[in-house]
Amino acid sequence: MAGLHKSEFANPVVNWIDTRLPIFTMMQKEYGVFPTPKNFNYFWNFGALAMINLVIMIATGIFLAMNYTPHVSMAFDSVERIMRDVNYGWLLRYVHANGASMFFIVTYIHIFRGLYYGSYKAPRELLWMIGVVILLVMMATAFMGYVLPWGQMSYWGATVITNLFSAIPVVGESVVTWLWGGFSVDNPTLNRFFSLHFLLPFVLVGVVFLHVAALHITGSNNPLGIDVKSPQDTLPFHPYYTMKDSVGICVYLLVFAALVFFAPNLFMAAENYIPANPLVTPSEIVPEWYFLPFYAILRSVPSKLGGVLLMFGAIAVLFVLPWLDTSPVRSSKFRPIYRNFFWVLLVAVVVLGLVGAHRPEGVWVVLGRLATFYYFFHFLILLPVLGKLERPLPLPESISRPVMAGGGGPLPGGAAAKPMEKI
Amino acid sequence: MRIVRILSLAAALGAVALAPAIAEEEISYPKQKWSFDGPFGTFDRAAAQRGSQVFNAVCSNCHSLKQAYYRDLKGIGLENEAITAIAAGFNVPTVADDGSNAERPARPSDHFRSPFANEKAARSANGGALPPDLSVIVKARDGGADYIYALLTGYGEAPSSMKMGDGMNYNKAFTGNQIGMPRPLNDGQVEYADGTKATTEQMAKDVVTFLSYIANPEMEARKRLGVKLVLFLVLMTGVTYAVKRKVWADVDH
Repeated sequence: MAGLHKSEFANPVVNWIDTRLPIFTMMQKEYGVFPTPKNFNYFWNFGALAMINLVIMIATGIFLAMNYTPHVSMAFDSVERIMRDVNYGWLLRYVHANGASMFFIVTYIHIFRGLYYGSYKAPRELLWMIGVVILLVMMATAFMGYVLPWGQMSYWGATVITNLFSAIPVVGESVVTWLWGGFSVDNPTLNRFFSLHFLLPFVLVGVVFLHVAALHITGSNNPLGIDVKSPQDTLPFHPYYTMKDSVGICVYLLVFAALVFFAPNLFMAAENYIPANPLVTPSEIVPEWYFLPFYAILRSVPSKLGGVLLMFGAIAVLFVLPWLDTSPVRSSKFRPIYRNFFWVLLVAVVVLGLVGAHRPEGVWVVLGRLATFYYFFHFLILLPVLGKLERPLPLPESISRPVMAGGGGPLPGGAAAKPMEKI
Repeated sequence: MRIVRILSLAAALGAVALAPAIAEEEISYPKQKWSFDGPFGTFDRAAAQRGSQVFNAVCSNCHSLKQAYYRDLKGIGLENEAITAIAAGFNVPTVADDGSNAERPARPSDHFRSPFANEKAARSANGGALPPDLSVIVKARDGGADYIYALLTGYGEAPSSMKMGDGMNYNKAFTGNQIGMPRPLNDGQVEYADGTKATTEQMAKDVVTFLSYIANPEMEARKRLGVKLVLFLVLMTGVTYAVKRKVWADVDH
């Protein structure tokens, strides 16, 4: 339907633009007055933090790409040159490298928050599934980025992970050759990984946009997991949550800065400061910490194809999670049994991470198999059954109800309706 | 159901505590005190300069320092004239006017001279072993500076029960305890200009300080900026939190 937008902005320039392209109205609607449940805790910061992190990665990445050379004989040296001779190159690289770790820390907390408070349940199934797509694209991007410095772990990590595809029956070997662009990980591989590592973050921006768009249709979940019943349950996004997110951003930047400036190599394998050498296999090939749980699942199966299937299955199961969890109650606050198993799942994933960091020997094999078993048991058996058997605690009537019952005074006359002139 | 949580946590903690004991025994390096430790640490200039002397006199006979330039010595407090003099003491390959291969004295803008033309030359001169480039060696080994120090001071007589390989040397810090590199540092091997006694431990400490600088030339600038930024962020967190409290003051939540 064509027609000019009726803009309510007083500033004539803003009004002129807004009449023809209502982006100001949109921003005001989605980030200004957007009604947001008033009971968020600080775990609801992590989506915004992940978004900030993506922006930081793209900004530093673009400047790194200006100084990086994607060639097997020059990549390692060009990274060292960035560290030594490019103005603040060390800052760019350490922010980018540690930014990857921060990105996964923030995203994993974001995901576990969703698991605890049932943010994946109707009507937010699609929102959740788009989130899983984001996780997958993030993993692919991180993996290819780690190959670029062309150190020993870059090279051998790329070799191990791309070789996984050889487990595909019949066409496996051909697929691997096609991925490599040759008969081993070599210059064509490095070149295409660089190209894709540059492209995928922008794909990520698009998928994140869909994630946020879907979020703004369903509205946010909240720690009580119950629907918003009235305007009394909500606050305008600005200034309430812009301020609360700002606090989170400051703390996040503090942790980030501590890493970058005082322990920049904490998450990095020493081995990756040795230039790639196809003739020397490192004694242990360990992926970055954020892949360790998946790596542990891969190695806990004696068959190669089985391990690969299970590893991808660990993500695939998240896609269908909204339909595996049969409980109509979202928040774990009101699910006395599930609440405990949430922590068991968290421990299982941490154990998987530790298993992935060690040689598959002795106890680590047993632990890895137990934790892998629990991971799938949790999603495939426990959640469907528990939803039927568990008797949830009584849900509060509304979001503002328990607050008032908790002894607070009456609500200020429609805090939600108050526009943004508060500050 | 609480018991499930407690049990699973206990299992996880138990696994973490037990597993390293069961896994392969690792060589441990005693932690040394370094001038560059901690958030305010800097490179001890005198030690790093002595270390560069040891590197140039001893290490550089077999090891390259490809990523570093002679001009980088400025970062450990050497003057331009001194750097020019040090560089001039080494010949680097060049191409003469008639197109033939030639050599010329190095300038501060040159990379540290590599002792061998290529890997094959390096291996044939060292009994088949390849002396690694030392530009980022401190970052490229688990244990970092402590490990390199332990390695340089870890030479000794092999236990009689141990069968040593041909041309191999016993070193208690090296994986498998057999290393191709012969003991590089011996007491009194160099004469320090500042009168410091050149014991093996002293030289090892100095050269590790120098190599730590070469591996992390940005470290002092990084920590200085980091301290400022962290202070700013602490302040900013406080201010932001106060504003947040003010904004939320009239909301029951």
